[in-house]
Order: sequence, then structure tokens, then C-alpha cells
Amino acid sequence: MSTYKLDYLDQLESEAIHIMREVAGQFERPALLFSGGKDSITLVHLALKAFRPGKFPFPLVHIDTGHNFQEALDFRDWLAESLGEKLIVRYVEDTIREKKLKEPTGRNASRNALQTFTLLDTIEEFEFDACIGGARRDEEKARAKERVFSVRDEFGSWDPKLQRPELWNIYNGKIHKGENVRVFPISNWTELDVWNYIKRENIALPSIYFAHERELILRDGKLLATAKGVIQQEETDEIVTRRVRFRTVGDISCTAAVESDADTLEAAIAEIQATRISERGETRIDDQVSEAAMEDRKKGGYF
Amino acid sequence: MDLLRFITAGSVDDGKSTLIGRLLYDSKSILADQMEAIERASKSRDDGEIDLALLTDGLRSEREQGITIDVAYRYFQTPKRKFIIVDAPGHIQYTRNMVTGASNCQLAVVLVDARHGVVEQTRRHSLIASLLGIPHLVVAINKMDLVDYSQDVFSNICIHYNELAQKLDVGEVTYIPLSALNGDNVVEKSANMPWYEGEPLLSYLETVELDHDENLTDARFPVQYVIRPQTAELHDYRGYAGKITSGIFRKGDTVTVLPTGETSTIDAIEVAEKHFDEAFAPMSVVLHLADDVDVSRGNLIVKSDNQPVVSQNVEAMLCWMDTKPLKVGNKYTLQHGTFRTRCAVREIIYQLNVNTYEETEDVESLKLNDIARIVLKTAKPVSFDPYDKNRVNGGAILIDETSNVTVGALMLRKEAI
Ligand SMILES: Nc1nc2c(ncn2[C@@H]2O[C@H](COP(=O)(O)OP(=O)(O)OP(=O)(O)O)[C@@H](O)[C@H]2O)c(=O)[nH]1
Ligand SMILES: [Mg+2]
Repeated sequence: MSTYKLDYLDQLESEAIHIMREVAGQFERPALLFSGGKDSITLVHLALKAFRPGKFPFPLVHIDTGHNFQEALDFRDWLAESLGEKLIVRYVEDTIREKKLKEPTGRNASRNALQTFTLLDTIEEFEFDACIGGARRDEEKARAKERVFSVRDEFGSWDPKLQRPELWNIYNGKIHKGENVRVFPISNWTELDVWNYIKRENIALPSIYFAHERELILRDGKLLATAKGVIQQEETDEIVTRRVRFRTVGDISCTAAVESDADTLEAAIAEIQATRISERGETRIDDQVSEAAMEDRKKGGYF
Repeated sequence: MDLLRFITAGSVDDGKSTLIGRLLYDSKSILADQMEAIERASKSRDDGEIDLALLTDGLRSEREQGITIDVAYRYFQTPKRKFIIVDAPGHIQYTRNMVTGASNCQLAVVLVDARHGVVEQTRRHSLIASLLGIPHLVVAINKMDLVDYSQDVFSNICIHYNELAQKLDVGEVTYIPLSALNGDNVVEKSANMPWYEGEPLLSYLETVELDHDENLTDARFPVQYVIRPQTAELHDYRGYAGKITSGIFRKGDTVTVLPTGETSTIDAIEVAEKHFDEAFAPMSVVLHLADDVDVSRGNLIVKSDNQPVVSQNVEAMLCWMDTKPLKVGNKYTLQHGTFRTRCAVREIIYQLNVNTYEETEDVESLKLNDIARIVLKTAKPVSFDPYDKNRVNGGAILIDETSNVTVGALMLRKEAI
């Protein structure tokens, strides 16, 4: 009997492909939100498995905060181009200008909150009824509570006390006009599952995921990338050169680097296996402002 | 490596979230910054003790009220197995969230507070676990520290629970006395209960036999999506994309498309553009048929020599999950895998008393959290297997046609006469 058994990575892969195909089957105008990070790169790989030799039934959509790593942007363009898939980019910069939004200033200011406006505008512009995202439940305690099909009202809000029941592998994507569904195919994957999968499938990643020498700002014990106009330098900041890699790739302003010699996938995986600090704890600056930062952002329409 | 999905169930405050916290803590699966975060959050509480339940109670209102509201998912791994843990709320108001969490699990840990024994929610959750066909059941008698680790208390609860289990359709039940708060019999065997000869919870979870949980007999393939590139070089390509929900398909198999009844042969089985001679549940694949039959989303492809029930009159067990009552005559959308049809409630055969498991007849409507046996008349025929034979092809949901919310969980049983 044991020959008819799927390894856990195959089980997770099959679950994710099934979820993506449900999106294709149930929605008129879906989109795949692509950030250039490893989780969304994994989603693209899963979409290839779900839909090739056909085209993706959705465009890749990137909400560019203007604070992205150049390596991630180059990778994004290369990937969309080499797959021959449609890429839509919308800029937070434009939203700020058009809506006369006030940019957060000061210490650890980031455009993370403003990103939500651009996302909601983009959803409206293209009338997207479903947006696929690479969030995982193991990332954060509010995410640990979210359904695979997460229904959002016309303001994009998540109501954690009123989530739809979601049974077996039956996904209910029925919504009213104006509402949309955020769909998370890799909900049940851990950080390590993603890395093991990337290795097994030989998936290409932007170079910043691997150890390289870089000039950085040392602030409160965290290493931030230097970037003109993104991070305002302070007197107490120290500029250092270190060998680092990024464990997650978000905005420059809220993603810290980790010191590392891991320049191969094997070495990166070994480091992640040995670490005693979570992915977000080590690298994200935006979640540490308050206990319920993520829950609040999701209620406001964030991913 | 194996993957085990399990849920903790039982009444409010019986210690479900604490148990998961303890399991993660004692198996060294909590990372340093997550531990610091719950230490910080615990400090703001009255007693200042570290509250391991905070590892899963992640919502603001859960932390404020000290209860679980919706299911939380946690992931951990030992050298033997990978686990997906589902922490369910015990509060009756949130039963539908427990049903959500339990539907995908292979094992349930039902907690019982040693001081209170079996209570209504224990019975309700056990009933739901049995209706959902969860193959493995552990009864964890918790808070043994508050009853002097008494063997008598433990044995009495076991006897009591066993009476209840007799009335339910559950397989073997394993009983473990433990203290989630102190960690007795969670990861390590407890020195406080030398009279207990069994293994601690984690060793049980690591070794429980899972090989027979997947149905490999009845080949079922709900079509999700048709891949048709329609390019010059792939002009005739037509692949049916979906996930095999049970059984095994092989190249050359004679298959029937339901509900239309057209037959054909499997020409090719593809996964990510590679060809295979066979594929089995729960693989996501693309099937190609030899003939030009009409197949679209919502159809079920099965092996012709093993067919499910195809009917417009369906008898089912129902967990009702909406605050608006279900009444005989009401219309809903039924979703069974990828297939949707409108349906009407023809009859409520009986309602199950969640306490006594007695059947009450002559019921005209159901309230939130009620459980009943009903008959549905559907607009189009449903191709299903009895739920107890096939969990995936026997499950369906009801969707409210105005709110679009999922309002009922259906365990399809048989064709109604
Ligand atoms: N003395 C003692 N207290 C316990 C034990 N397990 C849990 N508790 C306490 O019981 C209370 C409730 O624990 P929780 O883990 O939140 O209970 P729960 O079952 O998750 O509750 P809901 O999710 O709201 O249904 C907390 O104060 C725990 O500290 C135990 O083994 N011994
Ligand atoms: Mg709880």
C-alpha cells in the first residue's frame, strides 16, 4: 500500500494547485499578487504546474511601493517576460500624488500602510474579484486564523469574528459585486516547507536571498539596507559593511538583513533549520509596533 | 515524511489552547522571539504566569476575553512526523468554526476537565467528530493536577465516556490523563501518575497508524478547470484539470463522466506536463480522454466499473451553521466538490439531541448548531458516495442564496426515496 502515499511536500503542492484551480474555475477576473519574494515566486511555480501548457488565467499584479529592492524588481520583470505572462504594476507613489496622502515620516516609517490604498484602487480599476497571495499561516498569529478563501468587503476589510465556515476542500467563492476574495494557496506551508520546495523544484530566486557583501545601516541591532530617499539616516546610525542575506524580501524600509555565509540553497536551509528566531521576528520591522499590528492592518484591507 | 492533521476539541476552558502551547513548548518548537512575545503579553495579565494558550489565541478579542473564537493553525515537526494542529474554540457560539477545523483532520483530541467530567460540549464535539468521520479519537483527561492525579477520577471519566462512545460511530478511543498546564503526559511521561501505563500524547501522535485513512478504492475525479491553450501547436490539446479525491486512475481505464453518463478511455495522465501511467488520491493532475465527450467544470469522472450514487433526492446529516433558521421548503445552493446546483429542503427526518443522541421527529426548522437528518431535492443530479465510505465525495455544503455565506455542512448518506 505504501507506494500509494504522497510525501508531505507533494500533499502541500497538490493542495495549493487545487486551490489555484478553484480560483480559475470560480472567478471572472482573478489576479495573482506578485511581490518578487520567495513565497510569491513559489506561487508562480505552482501556477505553472496548475495551468501549463495553458496560459495563466490571471495576470501577475505588483503593488510597487517605490521602496523595493532593485534585485527583486529585476527578477520580477525577468520572470514575467520569460514565462510570457502578463504583469501589471501599480505604484504607491502615484496614489500618494493623486490622493494627496501624507507619507509617514520619522523613525522606521514605511509605506506598508499606504500600499493598501494602491491595492484597493487596483482591485477597483481591474474589477478583480479574487486576489491570490502568498501569505502563510505560520508567519504571524493573525494569519494563523485566516481562511484559505478570505472574503473581504468592498473596503477590503477582514472581519476575524465573522469568517465563513470552510469545510473539507470545498471552497465557497460566491460573493456580491464589490466584494472580493483573498486566496492563500500556501496557507499550510511553513517557511521551511517553502525552502525545501524551492530546492526540490530547483526554483530560481533573486540574488539577495543568498549571502553577499553589502553596505548597511546598523540600527537597534538590526541591519537595514542603505537606499537613498527610503531610509532617513539618523545620528545614532552606524554604516557598516557585512556579509548578509535576506530571509524575507519586503520593503527596504521594513526588511532587515541577517548576517550569513549561506550562499547556496542548502546552506540557507541549514541556517533556517537551526535558527531560534521566527522569520518575521528576525526580519520585519513593521509587525513589531504593536501586539495586534497585523490584525489591524488586515481589518483595514491589507493582505 | 508523514503528515498528520489533528484538532483539539472539548468544552470552554478545558485547556485545548494550553495543551497545544505545552506540546509546542515541550517539543521545543517555539522560537525565541515568539516566546518573548507571549511572555510580554502574559505580564499584562493579573497573575503574571506565562499563558501558553496565547500561542494560538492570536486575535485581540481572544486575548482580551481569554477564550478562543476561531480556529488557529500551528505547524510543527518531530523527527518522526509533521503535524498541522488545529485549535478549535470550545464555546458553543463558535461551533461552526470547530466544524470548519475538524473537517480536514485525521485525528481529534477531545479534552475533558477532570473536575467536571463529560459535559454537553464534550458530547457535542464528540458527535461532530464522529459525524465528520474523523478516523482517530483521543480523549485527554486534563487538569489532573487539580484532582491529585487520581486514578479513580480518571477511570470514572473513561467509563462515562465509553458509554457515550458506544452510541457514536467512532473507532478505537485512546484515553490519556494529563496536565496541559504542567506538562504531565504531554511530551514526557508523568512521574505524578505512575499508575498510567500508556504513552504520553506526543508519542501516540507520532505513531498512530495513518496508512488506511485514504480511500484508494473508489476512483473519483471532480473536474475543476479545462485547459485549452488553443495555440497553433497545441490546437487539439484539451486537458481536464482536477484533484483525484479518492482511488487510483490508470492510463487505459474506461471512465464515465457524471452526471451525463458518457464513457471514454483515459488517454494520458499529466502532472506539470510530464506523463504518468497512473495517479492516485490526493494528487492534482490533468486527465486526457480518448473521445471527444462533453466535459466541463462540475463534472465527476469515475471508473466505469465503480460508480457512485447519482440522484436528485439526497438524504444527509446536516450541521446547521447559520443564525437564520433552516425551514422545510427553503432553497439553497448546494456545492459538492466543484459542482453546484440549487436545492430545496424536502424534509427534516429527525433532529439529533446533542446531549442524549436521541432522535426527535416532527421538527419543522433548525437553529444555529442544530444537527439533523434531512432530505434535499436538487435541481440537477448529484454524483456522490455515502460519506462513511468516502469523506471527500460524500461531503457537501449549503450556501445561502442571498448572503452567499456557507450555512450548512452536509454528510451525504444515500439516495432518498
Ligand atoms: N490547573 C490546570 N489548569 C489548566 C490546565 N490546562 C489549562 N488550564 C487553565 O484553564 C484555563 C483555560 O485554558 P485554555 O487553554 O484557554 O482553554 P480552552 O479549552 O482553549 O478554552 P476555549 O478555547 O475558550 O474553549 C486557563 O486558565 C489555563 O491556564 C491544567 O492542566 N491544569
Ligand atoms: Mg482555546
